[in-house]
Amino acid sequence: MSTINYGEKIPNNVNLGEDRTLQRALEGWQPNFINWWDDVGPEGSTNHDVYLRTAVSVDPQGWAQFGHVKMRDYRWGIFLNPGDANREIHFGDHKGEKAWQDVPGEHRANLRRIIVTQGDTEPASVEQQRHLGLTAPSMYDLRNLFQINVEEGRHLWAMVYLLQKHFGRDGREEADALLQRTSGDENNPRILGAFNEKTPDWLAFFMFTYFTDRDGKFQLAALAESAFDPLARTTKFMLTEEAHHMFVGESGVSRVIARTAQVMNELKTDDAQKIRAAGCIDLGTIQRYLNFHYSVTIDLFGADQSSNAAIFYSSGLKGRYEEGKRTDDHILKGQTYKVLEVKEGQLVEKDVPMLNALNEVLRDDFIKDSVAGVGRWNKVLEKAGIPTRLVVPHKAFNRQIGALAGIKMSPEGRVVNEIEWAAKRDEWLPSSEDFAFVASLMGRVVEPGKFAGWISPPVMGINRQPVDFEYVRFG
Amino acid sequence: MDMAVEAGVIKQHLIDPEICIRCNTCEAICPVNAITHDDNNYVVRADICNGCMACISPCPTGSIDNWRTMPLVRAYTIEEQLTWEELPAELTPEQLEAAGVSAEAAGDPAAAAPALTQAQAQAAIEPAFNSAQYGATVPPWSAAHAYTNLFPPKTPTTATVVGNFNCTEAGFDSETHHIVLDFGVVPFPVLEGQSIGIVPPGVDAIGKRHHARQYSVASPRNGERPGYNNVSLTVKRVTEDHEGDPVRGVCSNYVCDLKVGDTVHVVGPFGASFLMPNHPKSHIVMICTGTGSAPMRAMTEWRRRLRKSGKFEGGKLMLFFGARTQQELPYFGPLQSLPKDFIDINLAFSRTPGQPKRYVQDLMRERAADLAALLKDGSSHFYVCGLKSMEEGVVLALRDVAKDVGLDWDTVGAALKREGRLHLETY
Repeated sequence: MSTINYGEKIPNNVNLGEDRTLQRALEGWQPNFINWWDDVGPEGSTNHDVYLRTAVSVDPQGWAQFGHVKMRDYRWGIFLNPGDANREIHFGDHKGEKAWQDVPGEHRANLRRIIVTQGDTEPASVEQQRHLGLTAPSMYDLRNLFQINVEEGRHLWAMVYLLQKHFGRDGREEADALLQRTSGDENNPRILGAFNEKTPDWLAFFMFTYFTDRDGKFQLAALAESAFDPLARTTKFMLTEEAHHMFVGESGVSRVIARTAQVMNELKTDDAQKIRAAGCIDLGTIQRYLNFHYSVTIDLFGADQSSNAAIFYSSGLKGRYEEGKRTDDHILKGQTYKVLEVKEGQLVEKDVPMLNALNEVLRDDFIKDSVAGVGRWNKVLEKAGIPTRLVVPHKAFNRQIGALAGIKMSPEGRVVNEIEWAAKRDEWLPSSEDFAFVASLMGRVVEPGKFAGWISPPVMGINRQPVDFEYVRFG
Repeated sequence: MDMAVEAGVIKQHLIDPEICIRCNTCEAICPVNAITHDDNNYVVRADICNGCMACISPCPTGSIDNWRTMPLVRAYTIEEQLTWEELPAELTPEQLEAAGVSAEAAGDPAAAAPALTQAQAQAAIEPAFNSAQYGATVPPWSAAHAYTNLFPPKTPTTATVVGNFNCTEAGFDSETHHIVLDFGVVPFPVLEGQSIGIVPPGVDAIGKRHHARQYSVASPRNGERPGYNNVSLTVKRVTEDHEGDPVRGVCSNYVCDLKVGDTVHVVGPFGASFLMPNHPKSHIVMICTGTGSAPMRAMTEWRRRLRKSGKFEGGKLMLFFGARTQQELPYFGPLQSLPKDFIDINLAFSRTPGQPKRYVQDLMRERAADLAALLKDGSSHFYVCGLKSMEEGVVLALRDVAKDVGLDWDTVGAALKREGRLHLETY
C-alpha cells in the first residue's frame, strides 16, 4: 500500500502518480530524507510555522504560493520546466540532433557524475547552515534562511528524481549516498571543498549565498543547456528558485554595509575599532570575508584546464552559460582561450584550447556577474558618502584548485613569498579574531520588525508583506 | 486593443535597477521574451511586454513591479533603460499634458496601476473583462424596504449641521470630514448604503444654480446618534483636480467648512439596491477605498448595534479598505477598536513611505482561502465602493479566487448579480 498521496504530498509534473517504479524508489528514499532533515536540517525549527514560498506547479501562478507551513511538512515537489518535443541539441558534436529523453549508454557515467556532484551540494548547504537559525538578526532573515533551506531540500529532490528515474539501481544507490555524506565529516565529507567549509555566522551566510549560490546559478545555467532534456528542464526550474538565495546574499551584505555606513557617518569615523565598539562590522572585516568567500567559490568551477570539461561539452552534457545566445560555432574546436599560470614568479597568460578551458570560461562569466554585484554594494557606500570601496580579489588569490593552487598571492595579484603571506594573511583573509568578533555580534532577534544592531532593515518585505510581518510563528 | 493604448498612453513596465539583483528569473519566465539584459541592467521592452504579470511573483526582490504612465511615443527604450542607475520618477501631470496626454487618459496612476495591468493581462488571453456586468441592480432578498426621492432636486428640504470633524489625521493634505446632519421632524428615513444629495449655495460660472452633489450615508438606519433623526456623511475635501492642479471642490469645501448650526439644502434619499441584508446569518464582504468607506461604516455600525442587542447570529463581516497612507484612511482610529471576532479588517496602503504599494485586490488575493469559502456560501454579499479604477481589479480578484478553487465564475458571477449579492458603486 502506498503511504503517500502523490498529488497532494509531492506536487509534481512528472506523472508520479502513475509511475510505479519511481514511486517505489521514492518511498524508500523519502523517509530517509525526513530523517536526514530531522538530524541535520535547521536546528530547533520543528514547531515553527514559517511563511514560505512553495512551488506547486511550474506556471507563474503555481510557482510562488505563499503561506505559513511547518518546514517538515513543506511540499518538496518534483518539477520540470515545460518541454519542447522537437528540441535540438545546440552545441557539441551532436549539434542538430534531437535532444535525448533517456540517458545514452556511452554518457551514462559522466551524466551520473554531474548530477551527483550537483545533488551533493544541495543538502550540504542545509547542513552548513543548520545552526544559523539560533542567531538570526531578525524574523525576516530567519524566514529567508528557512526558505533557502527548504528550496535546497527541493533541489535535492530534483536531482534524486533524475537519478532514480534514469539511472536504475546505480541511481538509487547514489540517491541514498547523498543523504549519507555530511558536510565537514572527516570520514564521509561532501564532494566539493566549499561545501565542507563552516558557515559560522550570518555575514558568512550572506557571503555564501551571494557568491556560492551564484556559482549555483552558473552551474545550473550550464546544465540547463544539456542535451539530456530532463536535466535541462529540471535545472531550468531550479534556477528560478536559486534567484531567491542570491537575493538573500546580495541584499544581506548590502544591508550590513548600509548599517556600517550609517554608524560611520553618525560617529564620523572610519576607525575599525570604534565601529566595532558601536556593534557594527567594519568594512575591513567585510572585505576579508568577501576575499575568502570569493576565492573559495571560484575554486568550485574546477581546474582551469580540464579534459572532462571538454568531454562534457563536446558530448553535449553541459553547455556554456547562455549557450543559446552566443554567436560562435558552438563546437569550439581549434579555438583558444587565455588562462593564467605563474612563470618565473610572474603571472602570465597563455592560450590553451578553448574546449579544455571551459571551466575557466564559466568562471570568468561568474566573475563578471559577481563584480557587478559588488559594484551595487559600492553604490550603498557612495550614496552614504563613504569613500571606501569593496573590491573582488585577483582571480589567482587564495586558490586551492587548478594551476594556481598553492601559489601565494596578494589580493591585487602580486606573487608573494611564504614570509609575506604569513605576515599579511590576516589582512587579507578573516582572522580568528575577526570570526570571534563577528560571532560576538550574533544574538537572536526574532521580534517582528526588530533587527540586530549590525544590519539595516530590508527595503521591502517578502511577497510585498510589511517588514514587520510575522514571518515565523513560534509553536 | 485596450483603452490605454488607444489614448496614446501606456503603463510602462520597468525594473528598479537599485533593487534588482540580476538573477535572470524574470527573463527566464517571461512568456513573450520581453525582458533582456546586458552586463549592467535587466530591462523590459515596452513594445513586447503585454503586462501578463508572469514575472511578478517569481521575482525575489520586488524590483520587477514598477510601472510608469508614459505617452506611447515617449516610452523608455531598452537602450535608455540599460544605462539607468535608478528608476526615473513618474512624469508629472504637466509633463504628461505637454506630451498630449490628458489626465483623464492617464488616469490616477497610483490608484489604477494594478487594475490596469491586470486588465491588460486579461486582455492578452481573453476578450475584454467587463466588471460592471456583474453588479446587481436588485437588493439582497432580506434587505429592508428603501424610500427614495422623498425630496427630489426641485423640492429640497433643509437639515441642520450638528457635527463636523476631521476623521483623518490632522495636518495632512488630504482631509476627510465626518459631517452630521439633523432633520428635526422632517421625514427622511435612510438605510445603510443609500445616499443623499447636498445642494451647494450660489451659482456657477455661467450663472446657473449649482446642482446637488451626492454623498453616501455613513450612519446606520436609526441615526448617527441612535434614536435621532440624523445622518452622517464622509466627505473628502477636494483641493486638486484630476490633473493635480489646485482647484476647490465646490461642494466638498462647502460641506467641510460647515459650522454646527448651519443649515443645508438636501435632496434624496437615493438608491434602492446597494442595501445590506437583514438576515442575521448573512455574511458581508466590504471592499472600499477612501470615502467609499461611508456605506461600509454604516453597515458595520448597524451590525455592531445589532450584536450589542443580541439580534445577530454569526454572519461574518470582512473589510478590505485601501488608502494612500494610514493617515489618510478615514475612521482609522475607531476601526482599530472594533473587536477582531466581530470584523475581519484588512487595510491596504498604497503610499506608505518605505513600504511596497498594496492595494485592496492584493489583500483579497492573500485572503483567497477565506474569500473562496464565502463565495461558495449563498449567504455572502459583496459590496464595492470607491474609485472607479479599483472596480475591475477587485472583480477580477474575486473571479480568480473563484477559479482557483474550481468554481465556474460565469455561474458564480451571474448568481451574485441575480441574487443581489454583488454591488458595485464606484465613481
